[in-house]
Amino acid sequence: MGFILNMAWRDSRASRRRLALCSLSVVLGIAALVSIGSFSANVRQAIDMEAKGLLGADLFVTSPAPLTAPVVDYIGALGGETAREQTFSSMMSFPAAGRLRLVQVHALEGAFPFYGRFETDPAGAADLLRKRGAVVILEPTLLAQFGLAPGDSVKLGRTTFRVAGSLRKVAGESPGVAMMAPRAYIPMGALAATGLSGPEALARFREMVRLPPGRDAEAIVRDMKERFSQLRLSFETVAERKRNLGQAIEHLDGFLSLVGFVALVLGGIGVASALHAYIRDKITTVAVLRCLGASARQSFAVYLVQGFALGLAGACLGGALGVAVQTALPALVKGILPLDIDFFVSWPALARGMGAGIVICLLFSLLPLVSVRRVPPLAALRSAVAERAAVSPDPWRLVIAFAIAAAVAGFAVWQTGSLAVGLGFAGMLGLGFLVLAGLGYAVAWAAQRFVPRRLPYVLRQGVANLHRPNNRTVLLLVSLGLGTFLVLTLFLARTTLLREIQGADAMGRPNLIFFDIQDDQIGPLEAAAAAAGSPVAERASIVTMRIASIRGKSVEDALREKGARVAAWALRREYRSTFRGRVSATEKVVQGRFTGRFDAGAGLVPISVEEGLARDMQLSLGDEVDWDVQGLAVRTRVGSIRHVEWRRLEPNFFVVFPEGVLEGAPKTYLAAVHAASPADSARVQRAVVDLFPNVTAIDLSLVVQTLDGIFSKVAFAIEFMALFTVVTGLVVLAGAILAGRHQRIRETVLLRTLGATRRQLALIELFEYAVLGIQAAVVGGLLAMAGNGLLARYVFHVPAAMPAGQIVAAVAIVSALAVATGLLASRGVVDHPPLEALRQET
Amino acid sequence: MLRVERLTKTYSTAAGPLTVLHEASFVLAAGASIAVVGPSGSGKTTLLGLCAGLDRATGGSVELAGERLDGLDEDARARVRNSSVGFVFQNFQLIPTLTALENVLVPLELRGESGCEGKGRALLERVGLTARADHYPVQLSGGEQQRVALARAFINSPKILFCDEPTGNLDGDTAESMVELIFGLNRERGTTLVLVTHNIELAGRCQRILRLKNGSVASDLPTRPAA
Repeated sequence: MGFILNMAWRDSRASRRRLALCSLSVVLGIAALVSIGSFSANVRQAIDMEAKGLLGADLFVTSPAPLTAPVVDYIGALGGETAREQTFSSMMSFPAAGRLRLVQVHALEGAFPFYGRFETDPAGAADLLRKRGAVVILEPTLLAQFGLAPGDSVKLGRTTFRVAGSLRKVAGESPGVAMMAPRAYIPMGALAATGLSGPEALARFREMVRLPPGRDAEAIVRDMKERFSQLRLSFETVAERKRNLGQAIEHLDGFLSLVGFVALVLGGIGVASALHAYIRDKITTVAVLRCLGASARQSFAVYLVQGFALGLAGACLGGALGVAVQTALPALVKGILPLDIDFFVSWPALARGMGAGIVICLLFSLLPLVSVRRVPPLAALRSAVAERAAVSPDPWRLVIAFAIAAAVAGFAVWQTGSLAVGLGFAGMLGLGFLVLAGLGYAVAWAAQRFVPRRLPYVLRQGVANLHRPNNRTVLLLVSLGLGTFLVLTLFLARTTLLREIQGADAMGRPNLIFFDIQDDQIGPLEAAAAAAGSPVAERASIVTMRIASIRGKSVEDALREKGARVAAWALRREYRSTFRGRVSATEKVVQGRFTGRFDAGAGLVPISVEEGLARDMQLSLGDEVDWDVQGLAVRTRVGSIRHVEWRRLEPNFFVVFPEGVLEGAPKTYLAAVHAASPADSARVQRAVVDLFPNVTAIDLSLVVQTLDGIFSKVAFAIEFMALFTVVTGLVVLAGAILAGRHQRIRETVLLRTLGATRRQLALIELFEYAVLGIQAAVVGGLLAMAGNGLLARYVFHVPAAMPAGQIVAAVAIVSALAVATGLLASRGVVDHPPLEALRQET
Repeated sequence: MLRVERLTKTYSTAAGPLTVLHEASFVLAAGASIAVVGPSGSGKTTLLGLCAGLDRATGGSVELAGERLDGLDEDARARVRNSSVGFVFQNFQLIPTLTALENVLVPLELRGESGCEGKGRALLERVGLTARADHYPVQLSGGEQQRVALARAFINSPKILFCDEPTGNLDGDTAESMVELIFGLNRERGTTLVLVTHNIELAGRCQRILRLKNGSVASDLPTRPAA
């Protein structure tokens, strides 16, 4: 062992920089795994520490209707403390700015939160909510958007509220919930005066309960579910919130770790490639050692120790970098997670990341290292013997390749917690590698066959480097191509989704929707909108209803049915259905025939059901569904099933009735207008809401902005990890160039001896890296376009966006990076005096 | 010390089997010296490789220091090489990442022996390289590198020394002093010597000359006693 360690150390003397660079290939992958793993541990600990603060109470009981007396009595009898909240959406007017905005009103009564804090700026503003004054605490974004300060006024319904402060953090609420509509907290006592608490407000009613010590929230939930099964109650406990949040974190952790793992595997390929070149240079040394009496195992062990040390160095550096990156992550997820996250290094996560790095590094190192076992001592006398040994098939390579595949699949299964998903990921990764490697071979082959001899010498020489022995074509295509592919796919997918939503504006589609319009309000509203310059383009009637029975079974029976596969949410919910004579532009009938008009007495009413709902309710054409339309029974059958493009933020419905059925039912309206500019939008909103304070407006351009904000945050986290892959690709490229530097110097010296100028040599290099970089970027770009096309077609079901300018820019950036890295890594090659290189030959 | 019987080596090639050594036989007593000569491609290096256990023969046998090499696996032959054999190559074959002294000590370290630095330095002094012990091969001239290789060959007190064109890459004067060292050390330590060379004058300093032609032993004749 002493000899092996000594020899490994001494033998590495001249190559430590080269080995260190080789270890850099895995540093970023390990850093990604460590940072994500350790940060997840931080989040998990925060979840444990703030468990009760996550909910702010022991139990939430929520209902879409005011809680009935028996429920309130039951909760009262639990002996704890309760608080009450009513939540609904409404337009808030900001008189100073002359603007309106949809807000989520939280009318609060009681000492909620019982655990954790209600933090405001200035501190203590929350105490004002417990008094009866007309005060409001607003989301900080509203204060910023409309230039408000504490003491200013805002109007909600008929009441003018004084701004008491801004929200910092409310126990039990994620800041993420405010992304669609900012929150406004008011005292429950001030609600009635606003005139907004009528039946038309789509409100959510919630009792928040602090249980006496020793009471089991989960048991109470079970009992209440049994006791009040006919009511549409939903429950949440601390344990459940913790579970859900923990699961979400685990999924995100698993996904990001997989993206980081791609960088690690790529780094492993880089290590294998660099060590391959390294071992090729060491064949004579190994042969001499064998002549002097070293066994095959000893000489293999010398280089295995070096491979292990390289992995260990990479793991240590990666671990340190990972911890550094971890410190930056809380800022990235700020505003998404409802937690204060304390920074600490998770040693198990660090060990896991470093362990994965060492294992991957070692496995990939073994691929070139096994050839050391087969270097015969005779190679010291005849170099051709070594060449023969190197190309002869070695069954151990297959074993190692299998071990690598097993390790990658094992890691993926471990991270995703699913055999199918893990194996699917590993399979896709393998396929990606194979496609890129196949393309690399094809490009090398084409470069050999199809380069015209008329091209200038330096260009031909640069292109010839793509197919010459020891070329880097395949390695570069796999490493840089895969990185480009990942990052660009994420980028394009995001553009595709945003384009689809933004289409509302671009194509003159409605971009402002008014809802909760009463029967007697729709006429004056249309007139007011037209007078404000943005006439109503589309309107829809909305009738609220519930399912009474499905296929002859009552909802209660269907819910109680053992092993029922009908989704409970679909049975319990309140439906806001419409009636009309045609399918809209955002719909397509996929089964049956849409009926636009129904004549009384013609049997069951043929309705049209959205395909997702039909799936969840196991509905087929002809199935009978009976409705309770605000006390009136309406018997229907499924006449058609529609595909609805929900992403088009336009009035869409789960259930559409034909005309001639619901006209007499109590209904509200929804009206959509197209506002040409933000000013037009503000004008028409003000005109309508001034007239009818109960009417709510959604400005789709604001929704698009909000969605863009959410996409940006999530996409940034993913792109951040994917970026590790691109940088790893560049490191692998630099490593490959440096690994072949010795050979390159010899070639350059020969060319110089034969009369090549420095300019010619530099141009050869430039052409080579330009061709390599461009082809890697182009192939990565093409794959990303294909990936985006597949995602758009099969996952998002929208037309794919292919922004030519951005794709060309991405390809140009990656190509330029590859050229810059290539030139930087081979810097100084042309400066070597021929004599020095010739002397190294002896 | 070395018994070679009907030694044959055949390679399979695309054009069919190619025999590069055909039934070579000779015996070399302990302390004796033999030069293997012949034109390029006559099988000299093949014979040396087979005698030193660097390769496996297709037929025949080699008995080296009392051990039949043909029955040994590669690791066992490596042990024989380490305990009984010294090598000097035409292109020196020093390990470029080790200093002169470290190169010399490799065979002992392979055996797990430590604290042999003094022995290594003494040998370097014997070959006239005391001041160069801590230099790397690239910092040494060709002649100096070959002297380091010679010191390395003698560090494990081999019973037999195999030299493959030891002066092939050296100029006249350097070659002459190298030859003096080889034969001097050989005499001092009673080592058996197998020398492959093109150089008839050098071959003449051995006790016998084995001449190869087209892979077969053409003659095996004594010379005058070594000087």
